[in-house]
Amino acid sequence: MLKMQDISKVYRTDLIETYALRSFSLEVSSGEFVAVTGPSGSGKTTFLNVAGLLEDFDSGSYLLDGTDVRSLSDDARSRLRNRRIGFIFQSFNLIPDLNVRDNVDVPLRYRRFAGAERRERIDSALELVGLGSRARHMPSQLSGGQQQRVAIARAIAGDPAFLLADEPTGNLDSLMARQVMDLLEQINDMGTTILLVTHDAELARRAQRNVHLIDGQISDFRAYEPRPAAAAGSTAGAPLG
Amino acid sequence: MLSYYSGLAFSSFRRNPGVTALMVLAIALGIAVCIMTLTVYHAMSGNPIWWKNDRLYTVTMDNWDPNRGYRPNTKGPPVEMTYKDTQFLMRSAIPERKVVMYATNGVISAGAVPAGNVNTRVTSADFFAMFEVPFLYGHGWSAAADDPAQPLIVLSREENQKLFGGVDSTGRSVHWNDHEFRVAGVLDDWFPRPRYFDLNGGSFGTPEDVYIPFGWGPQLELLNNEETDCWGSEKLDTFRDFMGSECVWLQMWVELPDAASRERMQSLLDGYWAAQRKSGRFQRPRDNRLTNVGDWLRFNKVVDTDNRVLVGLAFAFLVVCVINTVGLLLAKFLSAATVTGVRRALGASRRQVFLQHLVEVGLLAALGALLGLALAALGLAAVHHMYAAAHNFSRGGYQELMHFDWVGVLWALVLACVATLAAGLYPAWRIGRLPPAVYLKSQ
Repeated sequence: MLKMQDISKVYRTDLIETYALRSFSLEVSSGEFVAVTGPSGSGKTTFLNVAGLLEDFDSGSYLLDGTDVRSLSDDARSRLRNRRIGFIFQSFNLIPDLNVRDNVDVPLRYRRFAGAERRERIDSALELVGLGSRARHMPSQLSGGQQQRVAIARAIAGDPAFLLADEPTGNLDSLMARQVMDLLEQINDMGTTILLVTHDAELARRAQRNVHLIDGQISDFRAYEPRPAAAAGSTAGAPLG
Repeated sequence: MLSYYSGLAFSSFRRNPGVTALMVLAIALGIAVCIMTLTVYHAMSGNPIWWKNDRLYTVTMDNWDPNRGYRPNTKGPPVEMTYKDTQFLMRSAIPERKVVMYATNGVISAGAVPAGNVNTRVTSADFFAMFEVPFLYGHGWSAAADDPAQPLIVLSREENQKLFGGVDSTGRSVHWNDHEFRVAGVLDDWFPRPRYFDLNGGSFGTPEDVYIPFGWGPQLELLNNEETDCWGSEKLDTFRDFMGSECVWLQMWVELPDAASRERMQSLLDGYWAAQRKSGRFQRPRDNRLTNVGDWLRFNKVVDTDNRVLVGLAFAFLVVCVINTVGLLLAKFLSAATVTGVRRALGASRRQVFLQHLVEVGLLAALGALLGLALAALGLAAVHHMYAAAHNFSRGGYQELMHFDWVGVLWALVLACVATLAAGLYPAWRIGRLPPAVYLKSQ
C-alpha cells in the first residue's frame, strides 16, 4: 500500500549537504499502525512529509496505492493527499479564525463534496471524537486535548486510507495524550493505516510495528504483539471525551 | 469554490481590519485621483459637439504676409477670416448651414431695469441650429433677418433673468446700444467647454449674453472686441476700409453633411483662392482648410501640456498606490503562511491557493474601486465649488466637473482592478509556492 524504495532526501546549502533520508526503504500494509521513532534530527518528520506528499525527494521511488507519486503534477498530488491522507500535527494546526465545524470542513471543501454530504461527514467525525456539542466553538475556546481531537476529526472526515501523525501528543499532558492515543487506536481498528512519528518509546509500544531511524536510515525494526481484539473493541464507536 | 474563497477573503479582512483598510484606502485614493484628473481633463479638452465631428468645419485661408507666416512658430493659416472672403463664401449653397460671426460689446436695458454692459455675438442665423444651441423660449431668426438686419435679439437665460425675471420674454422689447430690438428667443443653459466655436474669447469662457443678426455689424459699425490681426500697410480710416482690408477678425463655420459636399467646398475654396491669387492676393503657398472641431481644438492647443502631464502623474500615483498595496498584500499573505501550509496539507493545490488569494485581491480591488468612486465624487464637488467661487458663477459653468466622465471612470476602474489584480498575482503566486512543510514545522 505504501512502498518506499531507496529514498534519499538531501538538504543543500552552499557549504554542506545534509542527508535527511538516506537509502530509506519501507513498506506499510493496509491497516497497519506503525510508529516511527528516533532522536531529534534523525529524519522522522522528513519521512512523514515525504510520505504525505508535502516534500519531494531526491532519489528512489515511492508508490502510494500503486501510484508512482514522483511523476504526479502538483494538482494530482494535492488530490491524492486530499483523498488518501489525513494529517495530525503536534501543534494541532487548526485555523484560528474558523470554528470547529469549519475547520473540519476544510479538506471536504477541497474534495468538492456537496453540502449535505459535508454536513454528514463533519457531524459523524465530531461525534467520533466526542466534540459534537462544540461544533460552533472557536479553537481558542478549547483545551489542547480538545483541539487535537478536532484535528483528528478533520483528518478522518474524508475517510483517508492513511493517517500521518507527527508527535500528536507532544503538546498534551499525560491524560490527554492517553485519550488521543486511544482515539488513534480506535481509528486504526476501523481500518485506517496509521504512521505515528514520536520520540516517546512508551507511545511507540502501542503501535504494531516500530521503525527506528538514525541519521535518515532505518536502524531497527521491531514488531509488537498485536493489540487484543477485545481492547480494540472496547473503544470502537464510543465517543471519547 | 468562489463563494468559499469569498467567505475566506472576508474572514481574512476581519482578521486584519487595519491592514485591509489601509490597502482599500490606497487603491481608493489612486482611483479617486485618476477619476478626478480624467474628468477635469475631459471637461477641459473634450469635444463638446463630438457627434458632429464629421459635419462641422471651420474655414480658414492663408491670406497672410508673403514674407512671414501668421504665427512664427506654428505653420498654418490665420485662425480667423477677412470680411470680404467670408462674404464670398457665405453666398455658396454647398454647406447645409453656414455661419459668420464675431463678438462685440453692447449696453442693454429693458423697461425699468437699468442699462448694463453685455457681451454680444454678432452672428448669422444658422448659429443656433448649427451648434445645437438649446432654447428655453422662442427661437433664433431666419437668414432673411441677417441682411438687411432686422431688430431681433436672442438673450441668454441669465440675461433674461436679469431683464425679465426669467419669464417668457419673446416678443418684448429691449434697448441694445440705444436701438430697439424685439426678443426672438431665450436660450436655455448652454456652456460648451471648450468654447470651440470661438476660441478667441478664452477657451473656457462662457458664451455671450445676447445675440444679434450679423447685418448689424456693418450697419452699426460694431467693432470686434476679441482678436483682430492685420498685416501690411493698408488704409483703415473707416469701418468700410476695415471690411475691405486683409485684417482677419471673423469666425466662419460650415456644416457639410457628407464627404462629397466637403470635397465641393474644398474645391470652392481652392478655386476662389486661385482667382484671388491672379488678382494679387494670397501670395503665400495654398493653405485653405476645412477643419473639424476635434482637429481645431488640437491645432489651437486648447489642452495645455500641463493637463496631460497631470493625467500622467495621476496614473503614476495610481501605480504607486498599487505598488504599496502589493507590499502590504505580500506581508499579509506571508504572515498567514502557516494557515496556507495547513490548507496545502489538507489537499489544496497550488492553483487553489493561488485562486483563493486572487479572489481576496479582487475583492480588495472592488472595495477600493467603490470607495474611490465616492472619494472622486466628493473631490469633484470640491473642485467644482472652487472653480465656481474663483469665476464667480452664480449658476452654470463647469457643470462637467459635477459629472463623471463615465468612459474615463470605466477605464480608471478597469485599470485599477486589472492593475490591482495584476499586482496581486505575485503575492498570490508566491504564497502558493511556499513549501508547506517548512511552515507547518515552524508553528
